[in-house]
Amino acid sequence: MTELLQQLINGLSLGAIYALIALGYTMVYGVLRFINFAHSDVFMVGAYIGFYLGPRLGAGTVWGGIATLAAAMAGSAVLGVVIEKLAYKPLRNRSNLTVLITAIGVSLFLQNAGQKILGANPRAFQFPVPGGGQQRLFPETQLHFRSLTISSNQVIVLAVSAVLLVALWWIVHRTRIGTAMRAMSFNATAASLVGINNDAVISFTFALGSALAGAGGVLYAMNYPSIDPLMGTLPGLKAFVAAVLGGIGNLPGAALGGMLIGLVETFVSGTRMSTYRDAIAFAILILILLFRPAGLLGKLRVEKV
Amino acid sequence: MKLPKSQIFLLVALLVAGGFSAFSGRIDPYILDVTLGVGIAITLASSLNLINGFTGQFSLGHAGFMAVGAYSSAMLTTTLGPKLGASAGVLQWVLFPASLLLGGLVAALAGLAVGAPSLRLKGDYLAIVTLGFGEIIKVILQNVDAVGGARGLVGIPDYTNLFWTFGVAAVTVYVVWALLNSTYGRGFLAVADDEVAAEAMGLNTTRYKITAFVVGSFFAGVAGGLYAHLKGYLNPGGFDFNKSIEIVVMVILGGMGRHVGVIVAAVLLAVLNETLRSFGDYRMILYSLLLILLMLTRPQGLFTWTPRKKSAA
Repeated sequence: MTELLQQLINGLSLGAIYALIALGYTMVYGVLRFINFAHSDVFMVGAYIGFYLGPRLGAGTVWGGIATLAAAMAGSAVLGVVIEKLAYKPLRNRSNLTVLITAIGVSLFLQNAGQKILGANPRAFQFPVPGGGQQRLFPETQLHFRSLTISSNQVIVLAVSAVLLVALWWIVHRTRIGTAMRAMSFNATAASLVGINNDAVISFTFALGSALAGAGGVLYAMNYPSIDPLMGTLPGLKAFVAAVLGGIGNLPGAALGGMLIGLVETFVSGTRMSTYRDAIAFAILILILLFRPAGLLGKLRVEKV
Repeated sequence: MKLPKSQIFLLVALLVAGGFSAFSGRIDPYILDVTLGVGIAITLASSLNLINGFTGQFSLGHAGFMAVGAYSSAMLTTTLGPKLGASAGVLQWVLFPASLLLGGLVAALAGLAVGAPSLRLKGDYLAIVTLGFGEIIKVILQNVDAVGGARGLVGIPDYTNLFWTFGVAAVTVYVVWALLNSTYGRGFLAVADDEVAAEAMGLNTTRYKITAFVVGSFFAGVAGGLYAHLKGYLNPGGFDFNKSIEIVVMVILGGMGRHVGVIVAAVLLAVLNETLRSFGDYRMILYSLLLILLMLTRPQGLFTWTPRKKSAA
C-alpha cells in the first residue's frame, strides 16, 4: 500500500511536468493546426536558462528558486515568439508539410547548436554553495508521513504546476486575449473578420506555451538532476502523446493526458518491464490512434472543404 | 519484342553494376566503400521519396525500418550461413539475396504495423509515430541479447558488393517510377495533391497511403541489409534520429516527388557526408539550417528547375 502511494506521488509529479509541456503542443495545435516540433527543445532551453541564471538569482532559497523559474519562463517565452516570427510566420498559408519540415529544422538546429554552444555532456542541475558543496534549486527536505517519504521537490513540482494550470485557465477563460485564442481555434477566418488580430494571438499563444515548457524544463531538471541538449526529445514525445491522449487542441485534455502518461510510466518503471518505460507512451499512442483518435476529451472534427 | 524505356534502363543499370562489380578488386577500397554508401543512399532516398514526396506523407523513421531490415538479414546470414557449409560464393549469391529479401519483408511488416493505425487519420500523426518508432526500435535492439544488445551485432560477412548495391538501387528507382506511372499509381499523386478531393473521387486514400508506406519500408529494409553486410557490424545507436533526418534532407533537397533530383541529392549528400566527416557536429547544424532555409525560399528543392506537371485545373 505504501509503495502504491509512493509510486502514485512519483507518477503525479512526473505527470505534472508532461502536462505543462503537453499544454504548449495542444495550444499551438489549436490555433495553427500543426505540431510544433521545436517545443521539446524550448523545454530544454528553459532548463539551461535555469542552470545558468540560478546562481545569480539566489538558487537554494525559496525566493531564489521562484525567481529562477520565472526567468526561465520569460526566456523560453521570448524564444518561442522569436521562433514563431522567424520560422513559422513567413510560412502562413503554405502547406502543412512545409511548416512541419521547418519545425523539425528548428528543433534540430536547437539541439545541435545546443551541443556545440552548451556542450554535449550532461551536467548536474546543482548549484555551488559559497562555503563549498552543492545545493539544489529549492531547499530540499524529506517529508515523512508514517512510512511514506515525499521529497519537498515533488511537492514544489505539484504546487507550481497547479498554480500555472489555474493561471492558464484564468488567462484562457477570463481575459480578452484568451477569448480571442478560443475564438481563433474555433474558426480563424471568422475570428479575423470580427477584428481579432490573428498574428498577435498566435504570438501570444507561442509565448504562453513556451513559458509553460520553460517551467517544465526547470522542474524536470530539478527532479532528475541532470541536463543535456538532447534532454527534450523523450519528454517532448511523451508530452505530445499526452496531448493526443487527452484530445489535441483540448486544454483540460492535455493536463489529464499528461497526468495519465506520467502515472503509467512510473508504474511500469516499478515492474520488471522497466527497461521498456520509454516504449510505453508509444504503445499508448498507437492504441489511441486505433480506438479513439479524437482523444479522451476531444471531439471528432469532420473536415469541411 | 520492344521493351519500354524504363525496363531498358533497369536492364542497362543491372548490366553496368555487374560489369563494374567484376573489377571491384582493382578499385581503391576507400573509394569502393564510399561508392557503395552512395548506392545505399540512392535506395533509401528513392524509397522515402515514395512516402514523403509522391504520396505527401511525412515519415521520420526511415532509419528505424533500415535497422529492422539490417538486423533481420544479418541474423539470417550469421546464423544460417555457417551451418550450410556452402562455399562463400554460393552464400554471397544465394543466401545473401534471400537475406535481403527477408530484411525487406520484415521491415515491410513493421511498416504495416506502424502505418496502419497512423495513416487512417489525416494530419501529421505519421511524423510523430514514426519518430517514436525509431526511438522504440533502438530501445528494443539495445535490450535484446540475441542480437547483441547495446554491444551490437558483430561478425557479419561482407557480402555487399557493387552489383548487389547498385542492382538494388536500380530496382528501387525502377519500382518507384513504374509504380507511379501505372494506372494504380496515379492514386498516390492524387492523395498528395488533395486528399479530400481524391477521397471524393472514390479513391481509398488510406489504402494508398499504407501501400506507399509499406513499399517504402520494404526498400529501407533491403538497404539496411546491404548496410549490415557492408559495415560488418551493427549497433543500435547507428540508426538514430539523425540517420532518418539525413535521408529526409536528401528527399527535400532533391525536391519532394522528383525522381532525378532526389537521386542527385542522395549522391551529393552521401559523398559530402564522407568528406565532411571531420566537421562532425557542424554537419547536423548545417542540415537543420538547410531544411529551414529551403522551406522558406525553395520548398520545391534545390535541383528542381521545371515545375512539376500539374493536371489542368
